[in-house]
Amino acid sequence: MIDAILFYVFAALALGSALVVIGQRHAIYSAFALIVTLCSLSAIYGLLGSPFIAVLQLVVYAGAIMVLFLFVIMLLNVGREEREGGERSGLKIAAGILTGVLLLQAGAVLLQAVVAPAPGFDASTHKMAQDLFSPRYLYAFEATSILILASIVGAVALAKKDL
Amino acid sequence: MAPDFIPHALLLSLALFSVGLLGVFLRRNIITVLMCVELMLNGVNLAFVAFSRAQGTLEGQVLVFFVLVVAAAEAAVGLAIVIAIHRHKDTLDVDAFNLLKW
Repeated sequence: MIDAILFYVFAALALGSALVVIGQRHAIYSAFALIVTLCSLSAIYGLLGSPFIAVLQLVVYAGAIMVLFLFVIMLLNVGREEREGGERSGLKIAAGILTGVLLLQAGAVLLQAVVAPAPGFDASTHKMAQDLFSPRYLYAFEATSILILASIVGAVALAKKDL
Repeated sequence: MAPDFIPHALLLSLALFSVGLLGVFLRRNIITVLMCVELMLNGVNLAFVAFSRAQGTLEGQVLVFFVLVVAAAEAAVGLAIVIAIHRHKDTLDVDAFNLLKW
């Protein structure tokens, strides 16, 4: 019972702050609203019985990635979004239609999905580690470390003033 | 403990994805657009976790782990590109980035 109440509270918080993210003119307010969304999602992951993903969400998303975003926003001194240039009403209509179609189609599929919770679900860190380091995912796991290394080198090379 | 709010978690993930999609179309600041992409990735992650809970398997959780890694790499490279473009163009308006436009 308390789980359900907490879920709906955090779901409302996540959705509300997601709307603030796209509603704000200042990038910095969007970033702070996005942090609220990410933290609420972390709580929802915990309620869905996935403590490992919940902590990872807090550390990687709300911690590392959002610090990077805030750092760049402050580095570039981003102000209010300007309203100059041509009207983009065509784009607005296209966005509305696309989102409406997506909502209808995916909503119809998701409403039919069989989602009774399975009994005996165990997603503890111990089980996750056993899965991640099993031969099934070992090569993909090692490939992610190469990806991270490549992105570090790429980010430094791109942002450097003169290479 | 058997949470019965999994269908609503799926609907929340759909709503988050749609909000992110709308933001990608409607916002003009490239940094806000990147944040909306992160919002969409989070919507997908929530669907993965909800389905993983419904199926009782860990495949979805492992996939969320990989999505997280790719999102971190994407944010690092994307923001480096934003800094490089800002140095050349002195603006963050996505409509001004038209060098590769046909």
